[in-house]
Amino acid sequence: MQLQSETFDAIVIGSGISGGWAAKELTERGLRVLMLERGQNIEHIKDYGNTLKAPWEYPHRGGRTLAMEEAYPVLKRDYPLNEKNLDWWASDKDSPYTEIKRFDWYRGYHVGGRSLLWGRQSYRHGDLDFGANAREGIAIDWPVRYKDIAPWYDHVERHAGISGSLEGLPQLPDGQFQPAMALNCVEEIIAGRVKSTFGGRRIIPGRVANLTQALPGRGACQYRNACWLGCPFGAYFSTQSSTLPPATATGRLTLKTFAIVTDLVYDRDRKRARSVRVLDAVTGQTTEYSARVIFLCASTLNSTWILMRSANDVWPGGLGSSSGELGHNLMDHHFRCGANGDFSGHEDRYVFGRRPTGFYIPRFRNLAGERRDYLRGFGYQGSASRQGWERAVAELGVGGAFKDAMAQPGPWRVGATAFGEMLPNHANRISIDTARVDKWGMPVLAIDCATGENERLMRRDMMNDMAEMLEAAGATNVSVYDNDYAPGMGIHEMGTARMGRDPKTSVLNGRNQVWDCQNVFVTDGSCMASSACQNPSLTYMALTARAAAFAVEELKRGNL
Amino acid sequence: MAISDPTSRREAMQRVTVLLGGVALIDGESVLAAMPDSAAQETAAAQGVGTFTAADVAFLDEIAETILPETNTPGAKAARTGAFMALMVTDAYTPRYQQIFRDGMRQMDEACQREYGASFIQARPEQRVALLQRLDAERQAELDALDALQRSRAPAPPPQAADAPVHYFRLMKELALVGYFTSEIGYRQAMRYIETPGRYDPCAPHKPGEKIWASHA
Repeated sequence: MQLQSETFDAIVIGSGISGGWAAKELTERGLRVLMLERGQNIEHIKDYGNTLKAPWEYPHRGGRTLAMEEAYPVLKRDYPLNEKNLDWWASDKDSPYTEIKRFDWYRGYHVGGRSLLWGRQSYRHGDLDFGANAREGIAIDWPVRYKDIAPWYDHVERHAGISGSLEGLPQLPDGQFQPAMALNCVEEIIAGRVKSTFGGRRIIPGRVANLTQALPGRGACQYRNACWLGCPFGAYFSTQSSTLPPATATGRLTLKTFAIVTDLVYDRDRKRARSVRVLDAVTGQTTEYSARVIFLCASTLNSTWILMRSANDVWPGGLGSSSGELGHNLMDHHFRCGANGDFSGHEDRYVFGRRPTGFYIPRFRNLAGERRDYLRGFGYQGSASRQGWERAVAELGVGGAFKDAMAQPGPWRVGATAFGEMLPNHANRISIDTARVDKWGMPVLAIDCATGENERLMRRDMMNDMAEMLEAAGATNVSVYDNDYAPGMGIHEMGTARMGRDPKTSVLNGRNQVWDCQNVFVTDGSCMASSACQNPSLTYMALTARAAAFAVEELKRGNL
Repeated sequence: MAISDPTSRREAMQRVTVLLGGVALIDGESVLAAMPDSAAQETAAAQGVGTFTAADVAFLDEIAETILPETNTPGAKAARTGAFMALMVTDAYTPRYQQIFRDGMRQMDEACQREYGASFIQARPEQRVALLQRLDAERQAELDALDALQRSRAPAPPPQAADAPVHYFRLMKELALVGYFTSEIGYRQAMRYIETPGRYDPCAPHKPGEKIWASHA
């Protein structure tokens, strides 16, 4: 064990969406910050190795091989396993975990984390969401309301750059948007018919962290829709494009890669975390770094893993476990069901450019006094588009006329997938599996998580409501689907260190401080007290920025 | 793609989409003019790949060319589609599907001999077309049957035996289509492709006969 002589004001563990925001806010507010990242560096633009590669240059044209499936037994379960950005997904073999029940955990262990890979859909949570647990007596109340977070949504939206439309919907608050990426002509028609038929249902442009107007150092979207290879224009929000540059520009940021945090060192006299123990992923050496404030932004399950391994001499369950809730209430968004159909006509219309988003249908169930046989609700993400050559695999035909016909756009199709809220449930939990270690000898997580009756009941509406809207809008051959869902597939892991109002029932307070150790802040998805049905990353950004500002004030006041 | 189950038409399309990995890349009118297809395809064409000899690759090229011949745009052979098919069967197909595919090559040649007294390679182009049209109809009947089975139990997909029959021509046609349309020729000549569109028009005019704007993949 080496003790690092250099000290920092703050240590940020993790460099993804939350860690990047913590580093930016803390350095800009004058702190000297050490950012620890367990994986390799990926430098903005320079290290986007495949972004300039032509599609036909990949031997398997982007597809998956048996060797890839063998190497990635978890990743292969859904779309992330592919030939084009495989290096940016964590190795299932190096970093295994135990599935007490099936849980798909898709991770990005490198600078930027999943901010390089995310779907970029960005929606605010409103009081419909922050107040839901209290209204319904589910789990515990959020310690914040929309008015507390709204200014921070403003703050992060302006910097990150979210394109979207102002809709004035109470269930989905508007924000500080750049111009939206418009609906296409068929989507417009469907949106109009759905609005006139169903009143409360809206089809709006997807709100997405892709710029439609340049920001300092970043270009506007060029409509390549190749985001997950890294954008050479910096047009979508990532740590690399958006939060790391200003943090670095302060001259107060130190980034250390290949730095696996094994635990926090707790000073029981001062009731503060004193330092962070780091295992060098390459050399195996352990080093201890001390700081006055620690931001845990290591991703939902990994931040809790670190807490569970810390201060075990005081709390056997780890730092922040005194409530008995650390590791519990794991959530995701359940999805993979919806409907689609054909939309005839409009064959003189097409789109130019590849829009990196689609439409969004904000939640409309269980609003305004409606009571379904389940709680909460769901939103949809979808699009209308003309079919490509892929339709040829389902058509009869051989020869030149067939080939030339398939090289022309086919009829319009429209479809959408629902993303549903998953209720917090104490029984959905993670723990440390001491019998199994990863490549670095660290004990791994065991995950025990399942959806329940509420989600099951909701899924019927998730399918049928979309079919009903498509039919009302004039689509034909409408069919519903439920492609089955396993927790984790949404890649929206949330909970396991929830915020709350009472240290007896929650891990974090209303400022994301660990109740039991107030110089440790957890601001990634671990903190969520409920999942809502909107994509959660924007909320992590806002909570992180808010907690960072608070931490700096508390330091100045001498409270930390 | 590692096919594990028989698929309906809808699933066949979804599978092809998944196969393509789902991302857009840049072409490179400006940046990467005339990049060759991957070295793996070149090697496969010259030396064979896996259990496929160079002669097998030539045979697959003829199949693909019959499905997707040269018209006013180059055909599948020019796009080295046979080499891609051999590579995908070798690297991405499970042993069972590899077997179906290999057996299919033999069965197709035997059928050609029986019906036209010539191997597929030696048959006249119109004989090849006639043979593949017959196989294509068989393939389509199989897909229709699966669709009917699915419709009867929608939305839950019916349980399907892992060893349910799969027509080899389904595999051949699918790989030929993927191989052709994702080749440089497919992107740049069969379709229209712009690496960096630079703008988005949500409602652009379209005239009959105009080609697809190649999507991401």
